[in-house]
Amino acid sequence: MSEVEGRVAQPSPTARREARLEVTGLEVRVGRSGPDVVRDVSFAVQAGQVLGLVGESGSGKTTVALALLGHTRRGLSITAGQVLLDGTDLLALNPRDLRAARGARVSYVPQDPSSALNPTLRVGTQVREALQVHADVVGNAGDAGDAGDRVAEVMREVYLDPTPELLHRYPHQLSGGQQQRIALAMAFACRPSLIVLDEPTTGLDVSTQRHVLETVRGLCRSYGVAAVYVSHDLAVVSGLVSDVAVMYAGRVVEIGSTARLFGEPVHPYTRGLLGAVPSPERAERLTGIDGQQPRPGRRGDGCSFAARCEYAIDACHTEAPELLTVASRSVRCLRARDIPATRPERLPVTGLFVPAETSVLSVRGVAARYGSTPVLSGIDLEVPPHTCVAVVGESGSGKTTLARCVAGLHSNWTGEITFQGTSLTHGARQRDKSVLRRVQYIFQNPYTSLNPRKTVSQIIDQQLQQLTGLSRRERPVRTADVLQDVSLAPDVLSCYPDQLSGGERQRVAIARALAVEPELLICDEVTSSLDVSVQAVIVELLRRIQSERHLALVFITHNLALVRSIAQSAVVLREGVVAESGPVEQILEHPADPYTRRLVEDVPRLTVIGGLR
Amino acid sequence: MPSARPLSRPRHRARRRERASALLTAARTPRGAIGLTMAAVVVLAAVIGPLVAPQPATALVTLAFGKPSGQFWLGGDYLGRDVLSRVLDGGWVLLVMAVCATAIGIAGGALAGVSAAYLRGVSDGIIMRSADVILSFPQVVFALLLLSLLGPKLWLITLTVGVSHAPQVARVLRAATLDVSERDFVRAAELQGMRPGKVMVKEILPNLVSPLMVETGLRLTYSITIFAGLAFLGFGQAPPAATWGTMIYENRIGLSQNPWAVIVPAALIALLTIGINTYTDAFARVAIGADRRPEEAALIGNLGQELGG
Repeated sequence: MSEVEGRVAQPSPTARREARLEVTGLEVRVGRSGPDVVRDVSFAVQAGQVLGLVGESGSGKTTVALALLGHTRRGLSITAGQVLLDGTDLLALNPRDLRAARGARVSYVPQDPSSALNPTLRVGTQVREALQVHADVVGNAGDAGDAGDRVAEVMREVYLDPTPELLHRYPHQLSGGQQQRIALAMAFACRPSLIVLDEPTTGLDVSTQRHVLETVRGLCRSYGVAAVYVSHDLAVVSGLVSDVAVMYAGRVVEIGSTARLFGEPVHPYTRGLLGAVPSPERAERLTGIDGQQPRPGRRGDGCSFAARCEYAIDACHTEAPELLTVASRSVRCLRARDIPATRPERLPVTGLFVPAETSVLSVRGVAARYGSTPVLSGIDLEVPPHTCVAVVGESGSGKTTLARCVAGLHSNWTGEITFQGTSLTHGARQRDKSVLRRVQYIFQNPYTSLNPRKTVSQIIDQQLQQLTGLSRRERPVRTADVLQDVSLAPDVLSCYPDQLSGGERQRVAIARALAVEPELLICDEVTSSLDVSVQAVIVELLRRIQSERHLALVFITHNLALVRSIAQSAVVLREGVVAESGPVEQILEHPADPYTRRLVEDVPRLTVIGGLR
Repeated sequence: MPSARPLSRPRHRARRRERASALLTAARTPRGAIGLTMAAVVVLAAVIGPLVAPQPATALVTLAFGKPSGQFWLGGDYLGRDVLSRVLDGGWVLLVMAVCATAIGIAGGALAGVSAAYLRGVSDGIIMRSADVILSFPQVVFALLLLSLLGPKLWLITLTVGVSHAPQVARVLRAATLDVSERDFVRAAELQGMRPGKVMVKEILPNLVSPLMVETGLRLTYSITIFAGLAFLGFGQAPPAATWGTMIYENRIGLSQNPWAVIVPAALIALLTIGINTYTDAFARVAIGADRRPEEAALIGNLGQELGG
């Protein structure tokens, strides 16, 4: 693959000398003297290279990314450090010079292009604007005739055909991938020295993501741009960047070449993150990192990861670790020398797809519409007992609509859905309580699926009261049991949802579903709003519960890699029709349908030379 | 396996308890404290006033528009009644009427607004179009019309003002409910087979506490000004009973002889409405912080806390 040449590990002295970007001792605080959000962050990026900044949400990676442009979110301020770009400190510039530098010498690509582009301006106008604002840098782009050529040129660089028709469109008339390309075109327009990309592919489908990543890689190399790529997705980063800085609780905990870090991680946090990355190649149990990062001001004296670390010793809780150079990378860990620099092993998942005579759920010829727009047509799906069936598809493929039809949340469908031999009515309101109890649905976003005005105990109790005949005395017992099942401590019972982390909320949602002893569990993208490390914990939890309770599970996801760790069979949806279905191994290893094949190929993988087992 | 161990970590549980007591939190902010004090002074005067009034409110004890003296601190009104006693006696009926009208308006408006937004479709159309019809009459004109038809009865005035509040409350709560009822926890309740009425009361309503409180404060001040205004126009308690609005009307001709007979009741009405409004505003500021989407609130809450500490 093409990324191989880019990943030649540079010895750090050379890197220093040739660095285009050099960040030293960056510190960002709340207010002027409040607690630090980011501290002691130093790294260097050479021309044409990409540095990956990875970590869970709240690790300070976006704060660092914005600081590279001399910017902070409201309420924060940069209190120390240097951001040297070709030798000049961006943080020391006066506001006027800084404004001139932004866009021209350093540019930014935000996470969500649909909100970053101005919805009222045609995309051609927006790209031209980017050039005109820095006309002095770009040369005579201010001239009307030349500007058109330059616009066309920068559009072609991001593989967009600059037809007048495209230039005259408004951002909402473009696909997510095209929008992000426009944002990239604007960022590269003035040939900056540094480009900061903040999770630019998060909202995109795998195939689009792959194309965007290739564009970024190509542009950085051909124009000698140094890039900082912020992401929580290690698989995406592994194929793109030459060096990686892993951030945790506002510090860089491990930094070095991608091959070293991902092939032989040392810091327990890096190891944990890698253990959480799902693999489309092997059926393995994911090992996540439980718990939550400490927030600014509550990070304590010792190592801030100590509370979640399996290697932690007493000293970790009291003594702050310094950056050490171990095995050709820098690590912030007291036990760096004791931990083997190897890739953590994962247990294989056993349990193959066994074709069964009977089905818990069978969907035949289902077609669904939203208003007059058809979303699904001719869907067939069988869920045998004790089996997890994954429904995979890109956004807009109709996978969530299918789940909602089965659950009774969407009633505009035709065809037949049979559950345990009885045919299901369209809307949930017409279903009797025993069906409602036996078919449970877990929502995508645990931030909205739990009533913020109710405690965890009230939430689960209400479910039991509505759907079971349990008495006032039996219900708390069942609640306590089910919380234990999802590995939540009893003290969450009195918590309101906003006192819990995303992972904990999703566990409460799972507990609510399990409490009524369902026979079919529908999980609609249940991990997509969670960090990768937490996603692994939740998927492993679902896998364990499914096999212990012999549940039938429908697992809706856009993440093909995740399927292998939980499901035995899979259905691939494309634009509302089934593209392919069958056992998971078959679909991932020998996809028959060209669409599935492309989808499987485009899944980002943790590719590390020498690091693969 | 590490994932199987139950999570236990120090929680900062007390932090978000203020949810239930946002009213108290608001009272602790400077804005809220000032507003609450202003309103409390007037309410206190109105409630214990009748008990401590030095003279009977309707007795002719001094000269018409008599100047303030040691015995009659605020002087006499146009008939020579003690202004202080009339002020102290004339507040509580106004307060009771304002509270009742607000209660009617909020209850009716909430019922209409929440049902319209949650049930959507035909119910939404019928409810909101009916609200528009009521809304198209100016509040005071609507009240005057009914009063001139049916006579100035206190219960009728209260009911009229209450009903004329309802459509405006309904609009605000409909908008708030539209947002809440889109969230997944409402779908989860529907999947439990909960009936629509119960979903509205048990799932949606608790999430509307903040807009309801703000609306209550606002409607209370409107009620007070409308009642005072109607009394000034002669629609209120029949003379010789004392009410602040009537007093302003009765004594305006003697403004140069004894201005206190007009200024004091006017000032009390102003103090009460401004006080309630200020406190409501303080509450809204506190509640908005707590009512943001949870993810945002976590960030803002932390930053705020960190900045404050």
